[in-house]
Amino acid sequence: MADTWSVAGRTFTSRLIVGTGKYKNFEQNAAALEASGAEIVTVAVRRVNVSDPGQPLLTDFIDPKKTVYLPNTAGCFTAEEAIRTLRLAREAGGWDLVKLEVLGEAKTLYPDMRETLKATEVLVKEGFKPMVYCVDDPIAAKQLEEAGAVAIMPLGAPIGSGLGIQNRVTIRLIVEGAKVPVLVDAGVGTASDAAVAMELGCDGVLMNTAIAEAKDPIRMARAMRLAVESGRLAYLAGRMGQRRYADPSSPLAGLI
Amino acid sequence: MDQTVSIRINGTHRRVREGMSVAELALELGLEPTKVAVERNLEIVPRSTLGDVTVEDGDDYEIVTFVGGG
Repeated sequence: MADTWSVAGRTFTSRLIVGTGKYKNFEQNAAALEASGAEIVTVAVRRVNVSDPGQPLLTDFIDPKKTVYLPNTAGCFTAEEAIRTLRLAREAGGWDLVKLEVLGEAKTLYPDMRETLKATEVLVKEGFKPMVYCVDDPIAAKQLEEAGAVAIMPLGAPIGSGLGIQNRVTIRLIVEGAKVPVLVDAGVGTASDAAVAMELGCDGVLMNTAIAEAKDPIRMARAMRLAVESGRLAYLAGRMGQRRYADPSSPLAGLI
Repeated sequence: MDQTVSIRINGTHRRVREGMSVAELALELGLEPTKVAVERNLEIVPRSTLGDVTVEDGDDYEIVTFVGGG
């Protein structure tokens, strides 16, 4: 049986979600997406360039009919801004699956959970299906789920930091407590970080900078695809127990 | 002679022909109405009604689209 995951009634095979920011150009972005195997990309909502409307658009390179566009509220610091952005996103794209993130401060880009929870409640009332970026706090995750978040997306480390999963214990607690998908969002720096997230039992991983800022983003995209797959396989396989001392793999009997 | 009205688009002041629809405004700006979302005085203008809503003097528009982001 295929190992798929579902969010808000939609089923996906790839457990890797990639961002579309910070790439050298749209061609590189599209090639990295292809190499990553991702079926969902995050996108931002911004003012059109009225003074130069002929500029190429993301949609010319990444077809929203083939790849699910997940509009994101990156850059919003209040519930109100985030809600306004997603209302526009729904109108621009016609879909209600969105990623909510309400940031607390520019220095750490840590989520403001009070505003995030407020925005989640309003969005759910308006029929949105919000996947919600949050702190790696099992209580906050529960509150978001109760408010109607369709996925919980705790940070592994600050956005764009590449520090890897800082607190495996809390990520695991969130996974154990959630009835909706849990995806690590932010903090992944290299392939092993993505594998760790998956080995903890997460349903998926979202990343942008780890691929876009690699020296070879297309090769890194492939590495991330493989890491997410192998981390998932290891989780399903069930890892061995850990011991304090050695345990020989060869039989002791029959030694010469 | 055509009358004009004064509006704001994405924070910038602009004068446009009186009586035009929001869809006509988008086209005049070189935008494909199916690829953008329009907010008029903080209210979303549904895409299906872009051709029916008339641009009024003093309107404040936000016109957005999807761009690369994390």
